[in-house]
Amino acid sequence: MSQRSLTDTTSAGARPPGGGGALPPGGGLTRRRRFGADTLFRAAVTSAGSTVLLVIVAIATFLVVQSLPALRRNSANFFSFHQWFPQDAPPRFGIAATAFGTVLTSGIALLLAVPVALGIALCLSHYAPKRIATGLGFAVDLLAAVPSVVFGLWGREYLARPVADLSAWLHSNLGWLPPFSSKGPYVNSVLLGSLVLAIMILPIVTSLSREVFQQTPSPNEEAALALGATKWEMVRTAVLPYGRAGVIASVMLGLGRALGETIALALTLGNTYLISFDLLGSGGVTIASNIANSFGEASDPTSRGALIASGLVLFAITLVVNVTARAIVFRRREFTGSTT
Amino acid sequence: MSERLGTIAGLRTKRLPGWAVPALAAGGLAVAWLIVYLPGTGGAVLTGVCAALLFLAALVGVSVAVEGRRAATDRAATALIYAAFLLALAPLAAVAYTLLAKGATRMSGDFLTHSMRNIGGRDAGGGAYHAILGTLEQAGIATLITVPLGIAGAIYIVEYGRGALATAIRFFVDVMTGIPSIVAGLFILAFWVQLVSPLFTADHQPEFSGFAAALALSVLMLPTVVRSSEEMLRLVPATLREGAYALGVAKWKTVLRIVLPTAAPGIVTGVMLAIARACGETAPVLLVAGASASINSNPFAGQQQALSIYIYQQAKDSSIYAPPRAWAAALTLVVLVLALTVAAKLLARRSKLAR
Repeated sequence: MSQRSLTDTTSAGARPPGGGGALPPGGGLTRRRRFGADTLFRAAVTSAGSTVLLVIVAIATFLVVQSLPALRRNSANFFSFHQWFPQDAPPRFGIAATAFGTVLTSGIALLLAVPVALGIALCLSHYAPKRIATGLGFAVDLLAAVPSVVFGLWGREYLARPVADLSAWLHSNLGWLPPFSSKGPYVNSVLLGSLVLAIMILPIVTSLSREVFQQTPSPNEEAALALGATKWEMVRTAVLPYGRAGVIASVMLGLGRALGETIALALTLGNTYLISFDLLGSGGVTIASNIANSFGEASDPTSRGALIASGLVLFAITLVVNVTARAIVFRRREFTGSTT
Repeated sequence: MSERLGTIAGLRTKRLPGWAVPALAAGGLAVAWLIVYLPGTGGAVLTGVCAALLFLAALVGVSVAVEGRRAATDRAATALIYAAFLLALAPLAAVAYTLLAKGATRMSGDFLTHSMRNIGGRDAGGGAYHAILGTLEQAGIATLITVPLGIAGAIYIVEYGRGALATAIRFFVDVMTGIPSIVAGLFILAFWVQLVSPLFTADHQPEFSGFAAALALSVLMLPTVVRSSEEMLRLVPATLREGAYALGVAKWKTVLRIVLPTAAPGIVTGVMLAIARACGETAPVLLVAGASASINSNPFAGQQQALSIYIYQQAKDSSIYAPPRAWAAALTLVVLVLALTVAAKLLARRSKLAR
């Protein structure tokens, strides 16, 4: 026992300490036991780490396997058909309307949330006094902790009335614009769903942007101020360019969350399978809300397979969005790591 | 240089006095009240919006006249940034107020100790006991699955991982945090409910269960636990490890006896935050738990309810007694989630490693 520990000590201690606080793996020196406790431990943690890769592969595999039979029975084009009739005599279903609705609600939510989120992030990182900023940051974190079903309930029972008033006002003043042309009733509209969604992605975009804004090197900021810049000019010339990659990544992460959000939209959208830009009238459906709403009636294999197939599309879309966002963050992490 | 100096009027630029901003704000509010609220053109909200716009316009105008264009831009940006912040606090306050006001009307000991068994659309009674039980069991099992797996994965990444595998795992942990919760539910539906559960039931039919819900929650919790544990393990100073190695302690023992206990408070914080999130998840549980109306304390057999699905079902129910139940359940869920979140944050503050 002591003999082996000694060799381990020399092998690990002989190397310089690693950058992130961790030491490089031991080994490289002679007299290392082949099947000691260390080998076992290492194998155990390696397999635990690999579970993540396994799960991602398993998700893709099982979704494909379980959706193929339903897709084969589908008599309509899965990508261009906009209705959802998996229980018809020849099943007919397609994701045109749901995918369109997903992109539309997420897009509006991003348009509404991103400027506000960046404002909050700047407020917390550069404007508000530090002590207040900590408390207010906590408040924003609490917003992130509220479960999505509670936001859905709140949107349906409370926010619906102010949004209906706003919709009526928008229609009477801007009714000539196609998105505002609906004459009502102004319930369960795309606008309501997008607003709830915007509130939900606000904390995510805020927290990540705030983090990158705070990392701006103070020499950059001081240089801008020393050249006579006002505070806003300092933010515009030093903070925003430095944080640009991080902001793009945080927006994409918010987009990923918005695309996959289910219950809040299932409770606030009107669930009609139409491709329309009408924001005020009852309507709207997304891939995820369709899965939640249709699952109750989907007891036969084809209906479930159809829902799983649409889930596969959602998985693919969010995977692309997330991989892009993470790749930006990852590259940036290496970049900042090398400069400090 | 001399050219630049020449354009500046004096050595000290003119600034607005300190009382100017509050005075403009009060003026904007007064004007908006006069032209919007008094004639009845709009309610309190429209008045507020108009007041804010008037204030902004007046501030920019006065600032351009007195201080110049650059200072005016600066003032406008500052005002907009603070406005964004107030805008974000509004929904938080509204959610908190509605939750307390509407949730309290139906909240009672009766609500917390009864299920929805034999409660029809015309019955005012019923409670959420079965849902609370389900949520606690499902989140508990998910914790039992993810904590060992997640911490071991983090140990691999920090202490052992080098090369392509470790980079891939780190990258996909990040990607996995972004998987939509409904996709996790569909995965467990396709994998566990449709394929594996028929092997265990008597009639070989797919069966919904609390355990399937726990599995779906595990898929969502795993990346969060790995990520937060990884960050905490990285904060453990290298000198502690070196000290242990110098005393002749094997690497696995160093990790288990020195590194893990040092990082423990931070890891617990991350785990608690993950549990809090899992308790609030609806979509994955909705697809695989089955949502029974009766009490079922066995997560491995038969359908189970969860608080989040309970809220969803009651919110969609057409009975007039359903919305109060939904709000009371929402209050219960938020209290549960917030208690976990706040406890985790307080614990993080006490830990020496965390900032």
